[in-house]
Amino acid sequence: MARVVFPEHLLRHTGGQRELELFVDNYRELLAVLEERWPGIRGPLNKSAVAIDGQIYQGAFLEPVHADSEVFFMARIEGG
Amino acid sequence: MSKVHVQTTINGDQVEFLCVPQQTMLEALRDVLGKLGTKEGCGTGDCGACTIMLDGRLVCSCLMLAAEAEGQELTTIEGIAGPDGLHVLQRKFLEHAALQCGICTPGFIVAAKALLDRNPNPDEGAIRYWLAGNLCRCTGYDKIVRAVQDAAKELAYQA
Amino acid sequence: MAEAVDLRVVGTTPVRPDGVDKVTGRAQFGADLNMPNMLHGRILRSPHAHARIKRVDLSKALAMQGVYAAVSGADFPMLASGEVSGEAGGDLADIARNVMARDKALYHGHAVAAVAATSLEVAEQALDAIEVDYEVLPPVLDVLEAMAADATLLDEQCFTKGLSETPDKPSNIAAMVKLARGDLEAGFAAADVVVEGEYRIPMAHQGYIEPHACTATVNEEGKATVWCCTQGHFDFRTMTAHILGCKIADLKFIASEIGGGFGGKTVVYLEPVAVMLSKKAGRPVKLVMTREEVFRATGPTSGSVVRVKVGARKDGRITAAKAWLAYEAGGLAGAPVGPGVMSIFAPYDLDNFLVEGYEVLVNKPKVAAYRAPGAPQSMHAMEVALDDIARQLDMDPLDLRLRNAADEGTQAPYGPKFPPIGFKACIEAAKKHPNYLAQVPEGAGRGVAAGFWFNIGMQSSAEVRINEDGSVVVMEGNPDIGGSRASMCLMAAETLGVPYEQVKTYVGDTESTGYCMVTGGSRTTFATGMAVVRACEDIIAECKARAAATWGVDKDQVEWQDGTAVPAPGVNADVNPLSLADLAASASATGGPILGKASLNAQGAGASFSINFADLKVDKETGAVEVLSYTAIQDAGKAIHPAYVEGQMQGGAAQGIGWALNEEYIYDQDGVMENAGFLDYRMPVASDLPMIDTEIVEVPNPSHPYGVRGVGETPIVAPLGVAANAVRDAIGIRINDLPMSPPRILAALDAA
Repeated sequence: MARVVFPEHLLRHTGGQRELELFVDNYRELLAVLEERWPGIRGPLNKSAVAIDGQIYQGAFLEPVHADSEVFFMARIEGG
Repeated sequence: MSKVHVQTTINGDQVEFLCVPQQTMLEALRDVLGKLGTKEGCGTGDCGACTIMLDGRLVCSCLMLAAEAEGQELTTIEGIAGPDGLHVLQRKFLEHAALQCGICTPGFIVAAKALLDRNPNPDEGAIRYWLAGNLCRCTGYDKIVRAVQDAAKELAYQA
Repeated sequence: MAEAVDLRVVGTTPVRPDGVDKVTGRAQFGADLNMPNMLHGRILRSPHAHARIKRVDLSKALAMQGVYAAVSGADFPMLASGEVSGEAGGDLADIARNVMARDKALYHGHAVAAVAATSLEVAEQALDAIEVDYEVLPPVLDVLEAMAADATLLDEQCFTKGLSETPDKPSNIAAMVKLARGDLEAGFAAADVVVEGEYRIPMAHQGYIEPHACTATVNEEGKATVWCCTQGHFDFRTMTAHILGCKIADLKFIASEIGGGFGGKTVVYLEPVAVMLSKKAGRPVKLVMTREEVFRATGPTSGSVVRVKVGARKDGRITAAKAWLAYEAGGLAGAPVGPGVMSIFAPYDLDNFLVEGYEVLVNKPKVAAYRAPGAPQSMHAMEVALDDIARQLDMDPLDLRLRNAADEGTQAPYGPKFPPIGFKACIEAAKKHPNYLAQVPEGAGRGVAAGFWFNIGMQSSAEVRINEDGSVVVMEGNPDIGGSRASMCLMAAETLGVPYEQVKTYVGDTESTGYCMVTGGSRTTFATGMAVVRACEDIIAECKARAAATWGVDKDQVEWQDGTAVPAPGVNADVNPLSLADLAASASATGGPILGKASLNAQGAGASFSINFADLKVDKETGAVEVLSYTAIQDAGKAIHPAYVEGQMQGGAAQGIGWALNEEYIYDQDGVMENAGFLDYRMPVASDLPMIDTEIVEVPNPSHPYGVRGVGETPIVAPLGVAANAVRDAIGIRINDLPMSPPRILAALDAA
């Protein structure tokens, strides 16, 4: 199962839960599952960046999530 | 407000223009004469982006009144390249990647030319102190100093 | 990814395509456009750091001869909070209120009204005729005082974001960010040595030499054309459309050449005002800031207070690290405390840590991005703490960092495991560097520190066109601040297999090329470069199809070699290879002009690490610091144009040295900046610096066709710690606060 980890700023949307494990095929499915579990979380997730297996994505709809993937949500980075 | 009539020489051309008494040379160059290669970075003589030569002396054109140009000879960045193409300094700035954004470059090239006109073989310290009136925020000056050193070397070889 | 041995032009250092225009004064920068019938605009700025605006009366100004338009906050639509502009820039409501104050002036210099008149002189007189009634409020200037429960509030609607529960009372704390892992208490208990400190850094400015400038013209159909210096004209267009409540299609933005940005030209200041004035006046309007306005009302980066506590075992292994950050946002939210929190421990493999960061409103200019925004402030504290640990353990500072260095597979403090990174390679390169092996000169001190930045990808577009003679035009949309046209040409020439000179790169306006996010985040060579490479691959596929059609073979039977279509090995075709020029010449017979295009959201930007070290000497009579030597070592992934990569490293080092030694916003008690000019805001000049030695490490980023990581921001991070640690080494006194200007050094020497 893929391991999904939430940072501090998203915990208010997950009722304090820091991580969970689940089966999904891609990031779009992951968002749908999380929204079903915690209605309203999709908005903040869409404003976050996500790292899937070490690769940081900013807008990752189509990216696959594997059974052994690690998914970390994190704050978006901009830059100068 | 009555304007002042000024006759001067810019990059070898005889030029006449009208200016208000408090107008700076920088404003006259940019707004009246269309010589936009001379840049304004501060307007207070601290950054050197507006550097021109006035009868062989380096001046910040933002600190000079346009009326003071009467009867003088001015050189701006537009007057540095000759009929045979780029001046050695301009070529060396390109070869050494001595510019990034390029806004300070006209001032640096005019200032560096004034240095080499007066001291054809400056050491690194002389270059750094001569150019201390010109601010560059992109390069850290390393490649600018090297470009000037290399230009001096090539000019010495040509001479 | 291409193998290094195969590269022909990537990694060489040709002259940039826009170079000649920039050394001859031809290049047109922001203030260099004048239009027929143009008016000159000026902006009225608040004389108070904190005041309620009770009334703005423009009527006397508007009645003046030669004044064609005047606007104030009431002329702009109110935006709801929370709207984010595309990818960059933060909350649009805050940006809008920064462009023109509404109910409150939040810092000295905050725009309150603007006029357009036939000359600058008339415009200045018109500003004097504008009547503003202010209710002056006490300014909140100190970040710690601003956080106190009884502090004067800048914004009654500011409820701290990022807490697990929204607070019931407003405060000046706009946001909190936290990262944690492991067991902090157990970590500190296992430590043989623990160091602790509080480090303060005042606001500093990006210091680009070109002041903000723009010219806008709005026609009778409401179509606006805006020419301006910007790091991203597409994002400027989006922001301006939202702030004015108009359609994106009604705005055309043309990026002039840009005289430096460093993050400070990623947000709008003048553009919505110029459009509004032009619309009212029916004539083009030019707005150019003075240097004083640039200091008072644009940039800067956050002033900060950072507290750090680090524990380590005798062998140098860090057992626990804890940090607390407070970053000034200025009058409106937007401080880079998130990246400050995420970067502070990023170079290190830590089991136990906690870092909390607060973004705090104070009556100072709204901060803007500045090169690796947020990282220099927090990482300065960590790198100083590590230096103290190395001293206590009598360990080489590079060895201490190597002992704890993050590597491929290390769980980054901000979450994911690192892909291949070059931090250890940088440390190893430093250990072998002749400057590090050399003795520290008599009376001088040496300092070492690490740098880091995430780097970003995001959206870019590129189009490649083949001219009739086979020459190549690359069109993309990222303003070229430091030679990016040259790196695009190099990557295109490499991919197509043609000489560098055959390719020219142009930066299109918002109507002539597809969307590109800002030139920032060290993304241009990475993301837009990737789009250019993909567009060239599109060209190659097209050329192979056309060669196949010409030869009457299947397109799979054509290969692309050294810029020519050739039959694949084993294909029985008695034909001559077709070059780009051949294919372009026969294009009308094979389907018309040859075009390639690509658009993408570039993923997988590679983190970039650095090690810097320097030898400094302190004059104990004057407190002045002399930089004797400076060495910057950084992982670029792959240097496309190594001279411009070196330039980024050298320029970032110089900016960081300036920040460490002299640059700071100095305020009086009323919140007025006292040094708003280059004479008193002291940036490094040529005689302040030595040559800056560089070594480019190349640990390729697997996500980019040529291995690029992005290099522009990391260089400014390490110098703050380097200078602090070198001064400590030189005088035997630790100075926690920056800048280490002569008065501060003298005070430290006197106190010792």
